[in-house]
Amino acid sequence: MSELIKKVTQLLNDKTVDVFIGYGKGSADRIRAIFVRSADQTEKLVLNSACTQNLAGYILKHEVKHLGKIGVLANVAALRSMLQLASEFQVKDGEVLVLFANPDGTLTEFIDFNSIEVFLTTTDTGITSDEQERIAQLEALTVSERWNFWNKEFEKCIKCYACRAACPMCYCHRCTTDVNQPQWIPVASHERGNLDYHLMRAMHLAGRCVNCGECASACPMDIPLNLLTYQLISPIKTDFGATAGMKADAVYALSTYKPDDKENFII
Amino acid sequence: MEKELKILKYSDLSKLIERFHAKGFPVLAPVRKGKVVEIELVESLGDIALDVLLSTQSAKKTAFPKVEKVLKYTLAKSGVTQHPVDPDTARETILFGVRPCDASGFKSLDAIFGEAPGDQFYLKKKEKTAIISFSCPEADEYCFCTSVGGGPGNTAGSDLQFTGIGKDEILVEILTEKGKQIAAIFADLLSDSPAGVDKTKFLADVKVVFDSDKVVENTSASFNNAALWLEQSLRCIGCGACAFVCPTCACFDFQDEQNTKQGVRLRLWDSCGFSLFTLHTSGHNPREVQSQRWRQRIMHKFSYMPQQLHVVGCEGCGRCSRACPVDMNIKEHLTAIAQVG
Repeated sequence: MSELIKKVTQLLNDKTVDVFIGYGKGSADRIRAIFVRSADQTEKLVLNSACTQNLAGYILKHEVKHLGKIGVLANVAALRSMLQLASEFQVKDGEVLVLFANPDGTLTEFIDFNSIEVFLTTTDTGITSDEQERIAQLEALTVSERWNFWNKEFEKCIKCYACRAACPMCYCHRCTTDVNQPQWIPVASHERGNLDYHLMRAMHLAGRCVNCGECASACPMDIPLNLLTYQLISPIKTDFGATAGMKADAVYALSTYKPDDKENFII
Repeated sequence: MEKELKILKYSDLSKLIERFHAKGFPVLAPVRKGKVVEIELVESLGDIALDVLLSTQSAKKTAFPKVEKVLKYTLAKSGVTQHPVDPDTARETILFGVRPCDASGFKSLDAIFGEAPGDQFYLKKKEKTAIISFSCPEADEYCFCTSVGGGPGNTAGSDLQFTGIGKDEILVEILTEKGKQIAAIFADLLSDSPAGVDKTKFLADVKVVFDSDKVVENTSASFNNAALWLEQSLRCIGCGACAFVCPTCACFDFQDEQNTKQGVRLRLWDSCGFSLFTLHTSGHNPREVQSQRWRQRIMHKFSYMPQQLHVVGCEGCGRCSRACPVDMNIKEHLTAIAQVG
């Protein structure tokens, strides 16, 4: 903790960064993202087990970019988000200063994407055992049972788009949902509109989701949206050998044709 | 009318639901669904989560649903034929076990939808809803009703209000003519209230944290204070969670859904937090960044509504803060605005 404050103070004092995105105290027992812009604000930085939000999404926010050079405190999901965003040409190498807090309290500063890649090869990047279990339960259902499960969950949806807004990979300037000529996805939050929206979003996240879980934790209606995209991680790996957010120069599995691609998904 | 005070036994509460059903009134009440609490139709008292602080969404959807059909039309070579949808199809319904801030939230909606010529889709449903609110024995740190003119025992907007006063007794306040008619359904279960019952000692202690008039004054004067709005909204991610759980947010969008022969026009919730909300066809967006959208949210509730409708568009329920994925806390932000200058 003190090391983080010391480091960020130094980064701001020597103008290495103009803003540092970290965690601070929020309402009640919550933690929130804070944007530290001067050395005298660094005392507000907090680091504890409740600091779980993936802060990588903020590096693309217009008003944050506008503050100048960005530094960010990344967790494992945020590191992967950075690499995935890099592979999609949303962030350049060296553009953002990335710090990682090790469990022993020390800090790692990543000088480039390559050092993040190396770090991730020896880091657990998978989903939790709880999540694995829930996915196994879903996969054990029949197709119609699973269909019913999701339709029941989507009934709760109010289309506030918190899932999309919280997702670091949902950065499209104009989301498919917002396109109205033609209107691909019904705008209404009715049965069809909710289903189409969530399936579209899951498909657009297939092979890109870095399993940070922000979509589910953002949902005010408590829909376990993360399971929808997590379920697609394994088939993408099996069929295309690809895992999102591990290489900054990865080519996206679902938009790249290779002659030896499997065709077993064609019904 | 002058309010009447009666006493009801807790053990008779379940009979109320039974009698409402026997009279043919559907009952809407808070129901626990995993981590969320929804307001929906209930069968019996057992379905109702009376102990929860607040439902996740407000009660506004009972009169202003997230999706509402307002017009049907058919398409032919000869042209479009409109088939109006009757707005007056709702049944007399009882909204039971909601909180005072839910009941008073309708005050803002009444002002918005009641403006001439009057939004019949909202007004007819509202007219047919009787509200039995339960005062708040508890509050949490997101609550700030007392700072915006409400309170844990505020009766504004309620037809009846129930307050637990001791182990087996509920103080029943009969507040309106509609409330009187509803109370008549269980008149035999009511006894006269002893004189001098003070319900305030059974209510939550919600501290006043800011002066609402000061917020209104400072909000109106702070339109150009870009630094203020930016500082408050840097972490805002631009979703609509706050607006959709809010009891007073009333913005909507229209969408036509049609095939080659027929179509329907739907009214849908919308939110000023979305960038698409103000995007012009030309591509120009007058509110191009999130801080301007956050400013709009606050300006609308604390400047435009007081000026135009003589009502503050916030009940201090704190739902927006609880629902916010990134912990935008409106109580904290309004307190900061009250202190500007």
